[in-house]
Amino acid sequence: MRRLLYLVWLVAFGLGLWGVGERLVFGHRLAAYGSYVVWGLWVSVYIYLIGLSAGAFLLSSLVYVFRVERLERIGKLALFTAVVTLLTALLSIWFDLGHMERFYRVYTSPNFRSMMAWMIWLYTAYFLVLLGEAYLAFRPDLVRWSQEAGRSRLQRTVARWLTLGRTSLEPDVLERERKVLQVLATVGVPLAVAFHGGVGALFATVSAKLYWHQSIVPILFLTGALVSGGGLLTAVVAFAWPQRDGEYRELVSLLGRVLLLLVAVDVLLEWAEFSIPLWYGTSPEGHLLQVVLFGPYWWVFWVLHLGLGTLVPVVLLVLRPRDPAAVGWAGLLVAATFLSVRLNLVIPAQIEPALRGLERAFTGPRLVFSYVPSVHEWLVTLFVLATTAALLWLGARFLPLMETEVA
Amino acid sequence: MEGEERAVATQTRESRSGRRRFLKTLGAGAATLLALEVLESTARPAEAAPAAPPAALPAERPQEDVLLRMQRDLQRALRKPAHLRRWAMVIDLRKCVGCSACTIACVAENKLPPGVVYRPVVDEEIGTYPHVTRRFIPRPCMQCDNPPCVPVCPVNATYKRADGIVAINYDQCIGCRYCIVACPYNARTFDAGEHYTDGTPERSPVEEVPNFEYGKPWKREGDASPVGNARKCHFCLHRLEAGMLPECVTSCIGRATYFGDAEDPEALVSELMHRPNAVRLKEELGTKPRVYYLL
Repeated sequence: MRRLLYLVWLVAFGLGLWGVGERLVFGHRLAAYGSYVVWGLWVSVYIYLIGLSAGAFLLSSLVYVFRVERLERIGKLALFTAVVTLLTALLSIWFDLGHMERFYRVYTSPNFRSMMAWMIWLYTAYFLVLLGEAYLAFRPDLVRWSQEAGRSRLQRTVARWLTLGRTSLEPDVLERERKVLQVLATVGVPLAVAFHGGVGALFATVSAKLYWHQSIVPILFLTGALVSGGGLLTAVVAFAWPQRDGEYRELVSLLGRVLLLLVAVDVLLEWAEFSIPLWYGTSPEGHLLQVVLFGPYWWVFWVLHLGLGTLVPVVLLVLRPRDPAAVGWAGLLVAATFLSVRLNLVIPAQIEPALRGLERAFTGPRLVFSYVPSVHEWLVTLFVLATTAALLWLGARFLPLMETEVA
Repeated sequence: MEGEERAVATQTRESRSGRRRFLKTLGAGAATLLALEVLESTARPAEAAPAAPPAALPAERPQEDVLLRMQRDLQRALRKPAHLRRWAMVIDLRKCVGCSACTIACVAENKLPPGVVYRPVVDEEIGTYPHVTRRFIPRPCMQCDNPPCVPVCPVNATYKRADGIVAINYDQCIGCRYCIVACPYNARTFDAGEHYTDGTPERSPVEEVPNFEYGKPWKREGDASPVGNARKCHFCLHRLEAGMLPECVTSCIGRATYFGDAEDPEALVSELMHRPNAVRLKEELGTKPRVYYLL
């Protein structure tokens, strides 16, 4: 099983590398997005991964801010997941830029009227807080690892490097660090809400796209982040936790219940999102929702999102709440299929011409109001996802992600 | 095709003789060309200095081509300091025959690649047989006075000029395409780096020569700007500053497109844009377009 997973990863990463090579050689010429549908798979993957990051981080705050002791053991795992998914989210959006080499200009000449500039500056601040928090959360265990005889030499060396030379395990030092950690975590919560709400607002503030221009969109981004991030953490804990004792089953069961609650809240908001514009059938953005529900890609909503991403997990969580495998699968399904929600947000808004007849005015392969990601785009996305998996795996290997003892 | 070739030849000649022209211009003191050269060295070129008209036009005559009147309007505007001009366009939909000459002239003037278009003509069929009509709506950039595309740019690469034109700084644009989704008229397109001759043995000459958008030569090579950038109509700013009307105006066979300085009460556009049948697209959004349509 393990060998099969490694093989799958290797193939995915190899194909992904090919895609990245294509991206660097051919620029945007192999991508299917064009001049009217300009944001496609890579933008969707970006908001998907950055949502996972915000969600995982907000769940870590249950440990570091709200001191929910029963979740204490997943604090570091959540922080590390947040770091990794933020980094690979940025990788995805970096490939999407028309001029990748100019990305630094968002720092050197920002325009603070732009919601995009706000988002970037907020997630940069969030990233710094996240790094500081992760350092403080991991340091005591890293110090222990670097001295433990049972660890491999490489593990000890990596652990020693990551302590940045601070090796003290004195109780007063640890106490001080715990306090700083709590402050950072507390600052991080509004920051994570602001930056991911900002990702939602990036879309919601665009009045040219009625489909995005809804007050509920930033809120949906936040609940979506919590649902998908919660799903991912639940799956990782259920499948990769080192011990299989009573405590493990308790932990997975608790995560399952939290996930069920989050899914329920998300479904409620989604009901509002769809039912209000569609109720009387006269809303200007109503027909785009109709396209999502009954258009050519109806299965993205009904099968991937509602079926596999909502209904099946809810059934599993309700019927088998104490079965770690069932809860784990529920989490995995929720997290993996959430990309369908992101795609259904990004793409449909752009498929409608601003003026009736524009789609026939001056035509060409890139002047069309429809979009299906090209093979090239999927390959690049495969690279981003394989990199995410590899970083998580490396973390599990070289970091005390799931250490049981808490300083 | 012939027109395109001529345009290519002109541009090539111009780019080759840049330096010589500069020296000659200094000697002769021809103000237009001098201004052009000075402009090339500034960051936001065409806004820097007022350009003088190249040559005197014949006196006004009854029944003359409306282009001559607009040419005189343009010359008057160019004598003013740049910040006192407010360019506007009026399109008479009753005169538009939907020939798309403006679209193609614009493609030739700005050397637009596949996927990039500044001024498509929307062709709408209305009604059912036997009562069928067609309506043609040329759609340049509206150069909104309250442009939704400008504040969204994270790096200040697109901006509103004092003369009303919404410009793009190609060298600053990171290619995020936020401005493209923010435009309620689909007036911005993305340059993905393609050529019309991709997959053929040879590049067409029109794809090899630079365009002169924003008063600077831009050669599309590899990933260099404007490849990877958002692109849009700029009322042919580079032509305006050289004393020429926008390409879509001069190429309009029905003389359906009018252009000039809305701050000048004598200008033809000032007359037309205040007619009761003048409307702007999606007025309800509050974007305040500088393009008016006569119904």
